[in-house]
Amino acid sequence: MPYVVERKPLTLSERLYFPQILAGMRVTLKHLFAPNVTMEYPEQRPAIPVGYRGVPTLVKDPHGREKCVSCQLCEFVCPPKAIRITPGEIPADQADRAHVEKAPKEFEIDMLRCIYCGLCQEVCPEEAIFLQNQYSLTGYTRAEMVNDKARLYELGGTLPDRHFKWDKKKSAAEARGHAAH
Amino acid sequence: MIEFWNSLHPLLQAVIKGLAVIGVMFPFGGACSLIERKISAAMQGRPGPNRAIPFWFAWVPVIGPFLQRLGVFHLMADGGKMFFKEDPVPGHVNKFYFYLAPVVGMIPALTTVTVVPFGAYLNEAGQLVPLVLANLDVGILAVFAVSSLGVYSLILAGWSSNSKYPFLGGIRASAQLISYELSMTLSVLPVFLWVNAPGGEGTLSLFHVVGAQDGAWFGLWMPLCAIIFLVALFAETNRLPFDMAEGEADLVGGFHTEYGAMKWGLFFVAEYSHMLIGSGVFVLLFLGGWNPLPWVPLSDVAAWLHLADQPLLLGLLSIGIFLGKTLFFIFLFMWVRWTVPRFRYDQVMKLGWQKLLPLALGNLIFYAILIAWLQPKFSH
Repeated sequence: MPYVVERKPLTLSERLYFPQILAGMRVTLKHLFAPNVTMEYPEQRPAIPVGYRGVPTLVKDPHGREKCVSCQLCEFVCPPKAIRITPGEIPADQADRAHVEKAPKEFEIDMLRCIYCGLCQEVCPEEAIFLQNQYSLTGYTRAEMVNDKARLYELGGTLPDRHFKWDKKKSAAEARGHAAH
Repeated sequence: MIEFWNSLHPLLQAVIKGLAVIGVMFPFGGACSLIERKISAAMQGRPGPNRAIPFWFAWVPVIGPFLQRLGVFHLMADGGKMFFKEDPVPGHVNKFYFYLAPVVGMIPALTTVTVVPFGAYLNEAGQLVPLVLANLDVGILAVFAVSSLGVYSLILAGWSSNSKYPFLGGIRASAQLISYELSMTLSVLPVFLWVNAPGGEGTLSLFHVVGAQDGAWFGLWMPLCAIIFLVALFAETNRLPFDMAEGEADLVGGFHTEYGAMKWGLFFVAEYSHMLIGSGVFVLLFLGGWNPLPWVPLSDVAAWLHLADQPLLLGLLSIGIFLGKTLFFIFLFMWVRWTVPRFRYDQVMKLGWQKLLPLALGNLIFYAILIAWLQPKFSH
């Protein structure tokens, strides 16, 4: 509904204009001596709040094992189609991961496409992909802006794991095996 | 030293003086732009320019980083950039006037400096001698006459750019300058009515105006004159809240939209020179020039500090006092800039013609009567 804003008539000091300017100058003078509100960026970095969505990374579990099982859910959910996964087998030399079904042979995230929405982190059943704290990403070429698997693990590092899902599966399978015998 | 100076050929003296004006006003203009950036930053709660530093200067401990934080090297970086960057001239401009405009802007700005006294010292006879490049007896008239030529630069720039926004900017600037010229001139008349007491020798010299302020400053008992002059000064120098001519929001850059590199830089040096000279004239007219305090003239200070027989030191002291006051006004310009938003064009015209001009006229009549009544009492 339209309504009319009532304009009050100007007071004498407002019509004289100068008292108002002086009042304004008092405010600006206060700001002149107030501390700066800006941050001098490369030297000072902002504190990253919990739950910040920075560059997506792949993480390892506390035992240093790859968590991603190459299910490709993140690839499917990714709205800008920034993720490309080439699924592969578990390498033969990793005996302690032999019970895991698959592992990514190649995992690429194109940071020129990524929109930092965090859907990949949300959808991951293995808690293997996380948007972490890094927010500044630059490169000279397009190719540089595509993070490959090695780079993703380098960025991601190791995060604590509360479940050890595949260890539990393994021990459960072993217990079942014992019961069957 | 003074004898040596007097022994030089007048032409050589003139050349040296001319070079001195250029050598002082250009760095001052640059320094003012830096001060402006720093003060603007401080008022907006940010540190301002503080990055540039020549790599060899970064090795100097304490002073190097301090000057870097102060942004001093940005001044040189800006100046160097302005000199060496490409100077674009759009194809559609009227080339002759386009090149002429910044020059026409600079000439009045540099010329008016010569008639503004910036200090004084006592000669052997104990008389105050002004430090001024050209001690004209028409002083203030010369300032007004020459500085208003500056408007031609804006008109020429706006018109020769041959595009819409610069043209509008030039028109606005000229209209504004002409409107406020009147109130400005009227507002200083009471001062000269008082200085030119009947029976005395008539003068318009700024030096004599300062001499008449050994006691009360004119700003103290003619506050309205001072205020009208100051408002008109803001308008004359095209500073906010009167920067109609530039008005980034509505006119891109106003009259200097099509300019770049050093031609653009000249406009800015001219603007800052106008600010400096305007502030200087204001200080001379209303705030006692080089007299440190009301009722405390420079000669008294010289007597206290035993500087009467040392013209060089006294001269430097008087320049310091005068420059200090002038720089406060430069600060005031920037202070007001971040306080008051820009007026609309019609508001500027209304303020100039319907408020300031009648006020200046009434003020003149009031002080004419007051001075006619007061002066006989003082002269006796």
